[in-house]
Parts: sequence; structure tokens; C-alpha cells
Amino acid sequence: MRGLLRDGRARFGMIVLAIALLTALAAPLATTIGPTTQRDVVATRFLPPLATDLHGIWHPLGTDRLGRDVWSRLVYGARVSLGVGLLAVLISTVLGIGVGTAAGVWRGPVRGVLLGITDFTLALPRVVLLLLLAALWRPSAALVIIVLGLTGWMSVARLVYGESRVVMARAFVDGAYALGASRRRVLVRHVLPNALTPALVAAALGFGNAIMLEAGLSFLGVGVQPPAPSWGSLIASGRETLINAPWVALAPGVALVLVVVASTLLGDSVQEAMERRTGG
Amino acid sequence: MAGVVTLTFILLRLAPGDPVERMLGPAATPEQVAEQRRALELDRPLVQQYRSWLGRVSRGDWGTSIATGRSVRTMIAEAWPATIRLVGLSIALSYLLGIAVGALQASRSGSALDTTLSVSTVTLFALPGYWLGLVLVMVFAYWLRILPAFGAAGMDADFLSPGARLVDGLRHLALPAMTLTLIGIGGTARFVRAAMIDVRGAPHVAVATAKGIAPAQVTRRHVLRNSLIPVVTLLGLSLPALFSGAVFVEAIFAWPGVGRILVEAVQARDYPVVMAATTISAVLVVAGNLLAESLAVLVDPRLRAAEVSR
Repeated sequence: MRGLLRDGRARFGMIVLAIALLTALAAPLATTIGPTTQRDVVATRFLPPLATDLHGIWHPLGTDRLGRDVWSRLVYGARVSLGVGLLAVLISTVLGIGVGTAAGVWRGPVRGVLLGITDFTLALPRVVLLLLLAALWRPSAALVIIVLGLTGWMSVARLVYGESRVVMARAFVDGAYALGASRRRVLVRHVLPNALTPALVAAALGFGNAIMLEAGLSFLGVGVQPPAPSWGSLIASGRETLINAPWVALAPGVALVLVVVASTLLGDSVQEAMERRTGG
Repeated sequence: MAGVVTLTFILLRLAPGDPVERMLGPAATPEQVAEQRRALELDRPLVQQYRSWLGRVSRGDWGTSIATGRSVRTMIAEAWPATIRLVGLSIALSYLLGIAVGALQASRSGSALDTTLSVSTVTLFALPGYWLGLVLVMVFAYWLRILPAFGAAGMDADFLSPGARLVDGLRHLALPAMTLTLIGIGGTARFVRAAMIDVRGAPHVAVATAKGIAPAQVTRRHVLRNSLIPVVTLLGLSLPALFSGAVFVEAIFAWPGVGRILVEAVQARDYPVVMAATTISAVLVVAGNLLAESLAVLVDPRLRAAEVSR
């Protein structure tokens, strides 16, 4: 952990993610205007960033075509986007750890079937599957979370499986069996704790990916539905006014890229720290 | 692949939402709806529908699009070359440039240049394709006005000479291909850099240097070559992701490929088209994987030896 704090990338990642999460949690404090507040549409629409409107309200990132404050929409959108990402990653991490450790501990057909399913799902074009599922049922945040969770567990499973095989070959596992420990006890007490670090790495990388995909689905109109602002639907709404008000689409995009970069860097440096520790 | 097809079929039929109601509109009488359902065989049991669909597909009959009334086969036949053109060009460019950038970084690892490039590649890697696409459209189509923003050919394409038509096609290809390429460079360069730094620590590289071989040659013959083997494997693994990226990019640029057809068909609940587009994308991905595997054998003689001795 101390090594992580010394690594510039990890520091950057943690700081950006912390700021994003805090701003999302404290959204009503971070902005004084509601994300859907409209006053005089004609007078307040398309204000450029840093402008003050005739009501004396300051718009740090300008306003969109309905006169809504872009910064406030961004902040409330973070709640949706980050929330969806976190919950989706939670589902896929739990699933991945389950499949990975099970495949590591049980041999024979169980392992074969589990690994087969993992490889099969890994080979599917994820967006195609997501589009299919998201468009079949009525689009909603819950559906997006479940679908992202169900299509994102494979990388976790593979990393955890690799780690569990390593653990299973260690002497203390044989010792535990010799002392009469059940397979379940070995799994819970020995394999699971060791598999948590790789799962964490995969989760950090998966978080960035999930946010990006959520935004993509919302962008295509099959994700989180308006008027709830998600970063993807904000980009989509800014697309129509790209020429006269580029900031509407640019702001959520920059926020999205920052968060994804942060989670990628954090995942990278955790992984390297792990490799240094095991001397691999 | 059979799994993908079956899964798609079951999911489609389980989902709520009826294509017939959408097709005929709210004014349709129940009799009309029932009539149309019979015509589309939607009233028969699921297993029977599946069997008759499989039978028709194996004879090359993909059915008719519910939304447009056109033959699905023609629609897909028109679309897949466009997707291959876009994805193929982007893969080639992003691997060439990505390997170059990654190799440059590895040879100067730790320098300011390496750090700068690392920051740029991780940013490229994190860019969502649809957003990068929008930014590129803004810069090149609206501000600079040098490239067209959407489609695969200009309105006047049919009246141009063959040479001019080729230029027109390339100009339309430029922005979507640039979007996919830029994102691809990020992932490839990061991977190549890590692989090369890894290989550089290997004993055989130390031996080669000890023998007095010039550093440039050691890098080219011993480090780069060995680093490219995992890169080829990565190519196969990254195909699903590339195809997924293409879906967004095609939607943004109105590129007439399989991805855009899929997006439109999903929105219209056009079952036959969704089935066909999903199947085609699975076929493209599986074919690409096989290609990458045989490429890996070509690059790495050790794999060839393993095949023979088995």
C-alpha cells in the first residue's frame, strides 16, 4: 500500500477517482442549480463556459440548448455513471471470483465446463450482446447494471483461476487437507484470500470499461433513459449542437476519459506492485 | 458459434415487445395482427421456429427484414465488405503504428519521451470511440472542412470517374478509420512496450549482447521479434473488442456496415436482421481468431515444431 502511494500513476488514479466519487456523492453541495432546472430558455441557452446569465447565475461549463447548466448535469450524471459502473463491477467481480476459484479448486469436468463457458463468453463481441439485451427489455439503469455485470466477469475469472491454481499447488494446501480440512474450508480460508488481489486489479480495469460501455449504450439510446443525466446521454445530447455549442459534448467526454484513465492507471500499478511482491 | 446463434434466438423470442404490433401500428385490428403473425410464423412453438429458421439459413435463406421488407441476405451482403474495409484498415494501421510507438518507448524506457508517450497511449486507450469520433468530426468536418462527416460515398459518387470515386471513398473512410486506429494504437503500444521490456531481461538477450552484436541488431532481431509473438495472440483476443468499437463508430459516421444495421435492427426489433447480423459478427470474430492463430505459428517457429512433434 505504501509502495502504491509512492507510485505517481496510482496516486493520480486514486485522487481522480476520489474526487469523482466525492463530487457525485455530494452533488447537491457541488452545484447550486438542479440538473434539469430551466428558466428563460431563450435567454439562457447555449451560454459559453464561465458565462453569467441574466439571473446572475454563474455557469462554469456553460448551458445546453434548453438552458440547463452543464456542470450540474455533469455532476448529477456522475452519480448515474459511476453508480452503474460500481454496481456492474461488483456483480462481475463476485461472479468472476466464484467461477475462478471453483475452477481452481475442483478438477475434472467442473473445471472443464467452467473454463469452457469463460472462453466462450470472452469470444463474444460484448457490445453486440449488450445491444441485443439492452434493446430487448425496456432500457433502464438496473438492466444496464445486470447486463454489464453478466458480460464482464470473464477477465476476473481467468486471473483468479490462475492465482488459485498457484495456491492449490502450495504445500500449505496439502497440509490443510492432511489435517482433515474440507474442500470448502480450503477454498474459503486459503484460496479466496489469495485470489482477492488479482480480482481487485481486474475490477479496477473493469470499472473503467463498464463506465465507458454504459456511456456507449446511453449514447445509442438503449441505456439509462432521460431525463436522468448519464455521461453517455449527455454526450449524445451534445452531438446535435456540436457546431454552435461544442462544450455540451466535450465536458462529459473529458470527465469520462479522466475517470477511465484513472482506473486503468490504478489497475496497472496495483498489478505491478503485485508482481514485485511475488518476484514474478 | 452455434452457441451464439442459439442464445440470440432464445433471447430474442423471450423478450417483451412485438415486432408485428410495431409493424402494423396501433390502428391494426386483432385479426390483422393474427394474420401477420401467421405469415411470419411467429405463432408456432419456439423449437419449431428455431428448427425452420436453421433449415432456411443452412440453405442460404436468411429471411426478409420485418422493418424494411428487403431480403436480409442482400442487406448483409451489401454491409459486410464495408465493415471489413473499415476494421481491416484500422487493424493494420493501429498495429503498425502501435508497434512502432511501443518499440520506441521500450528502447528509451524511463526517459521523458517514454513518459509522455505513456500518458498519450493510456489516454487513447481510454477514449470512447463515439466521443473521439464526434471530436474528429468537429475538427475535420466543421472547422477545417477538409473531410466528409458521414457515409461511405458522396452524393455525386455515381457520376465520378473511377479515380475520383476512389479518392471520394478514401476521404469518407478517413475519419471512421482514424477513430478506430487512434484507439487501437493506445492498446497495442502499451502491450508492445511491456512485452519488449519483459523480453529485454531474458537470458538470450544478455548472451547476444555479450557476443558483441550491435545494440540496434539485438533490439531488432532478439527483442522485437520475440515480443511480437504475444502481440499476434493479442490480435486474436482483441478482435471482439475491435468489432464492438466498430459498432459505435459505424453508428456515429453512418458507415453502411454490419454494426449500423445491427443497431438499427435492434431498435426496430427486426428479428431476422438481428439474428443475421449477430451471426455474421460471430463468424467474423471466429474467423479472425483462426487467422491470428495461424499467423502466430508463422511468426514463431517453435509453435510449428510443437505441432509436428504432436
